[in-house]
Amino acid sequence: MKYVLFGVSCFVLIVAFVFAASYYKGRQAEKYGFMAQENASTFIRDHSPTLGSDSARVYLVEFMDPACETCAAFSPFVKQMLGAFPGQIKLVLRYAPFHQGADYFVKILEAARKQGKYWETLDVMYKSQPSWASHHNPQPEKIWQFLPAAGLDLERIRKDMSDPAIVKLIEQDLADAKALAVRKTPGFFVNGKPLQTFGSEQLLQLVRTEISASYPK
Amino acid sequence: MTQPDRTFDSNWAILFLCWLLASGSTLGSVFFSHIMEFAPCVLCWYQRICLFPLVIILAAGLFPFDKSVVKYSLPLAIAGWLTAFYHTLLYSGIIPESLQPCTQGVSCTEEYINLFGFLTIPMLSLLSFSTVVALLTILKMRVAK
Repeated sequence: MKYVLFGVSCFVLIVAFVFAASYYKGRQAEKYGFMAQENASTFIRDHSPTLGSDSARVYLVEFMDPACETCAAFSPFVKQMLGAFPGQIKLVLRYAPFHQGADYFVKILEAARKQGKYWETLDVMYKSQPSWASHHNPQPEKIWQFLPAAGLDLERIRKDMSDPAIVKLIEQDLADAKALAVRKTPGFFVNGKPLQTFGSEQLLQLVRTEISASYPK
Repeated sequence: MTQPDRTFDSNWAILFLCWLLASGSTLGSVFFSHIMEFAPCVLCWYQRICLFPLVIILAAGLFPFDKSVVKYSLPLAIAGWLTAFYHTLLYSGIIPESLQPCTQGVSCTEEYINLFGFLTIPMLSLLSFSTVVALLTILKMRVAK
């Protein structure tokens, strides 16, 4: 009798938890879907760097941090996806520099954009990340030795990165990240729908769903 | 013959209630951190350290009923209660924020939820620890007899 009571309680607790979790996630997805229609600018700002065709109907929004290891690890996968659905996906990058001192790298990226080397610089940053972004011993200055590989004019970078407009841009992105409840990086939204459980398979699944919805056969 | 059995059963029921409460609170706290993705602050972690083991220890004391479970679970519950009490004071502003230990990382005074206009996460924790401490104290007095 006691064992039954105990077992039933365990079962009820777990079922309640799973049910509440799926209910909550469903509500969140609805809420962000609604926000995507009503307030598209929370997802994409005019200042946001984008990659891919302007006629693409699937917008993949990524909140990222140049110093985030998972963002670096995910980057080849995201590129692969863009290649797998040519012309159908547009990648939008938003900044969520949650790591201590990560603003510094966003400033370098934005300065590199003025030289038209944004994506090359991001690539170099991600690849050299282990040398300057270790958690116990971050050495931001070390990044400079890798930057020439992106074909940058370093003097101009040093000058451009102090532009106060970049600080404003980061603030805007962080405010949007907060509004969209992005607390971890990378944070993905596909046409406004948040990636519910994190993983490359799940992201691909979400992208596929949106592609087949946007490009009916 | 029936009399001792009944006390045994109500003691068991009290312990079971404690376990149920601890399990519910544990799942609730996991829900906040894992599903709603609220990052737990330092004080929350101290309370969790006291709360999570209760689920296992109390369950172990249920089968078969072992009155010495009180000896092992009550100190944990009291430690958790003290932390929750401190956290609630901090949260409601009775202790000034400048005195709090966690200024870096997640703030211990950031308000995430507010149920019915007054119930916050530290208060939920305090409520749950208070009930567990009260129930375990009752059980302690009953088995001492």
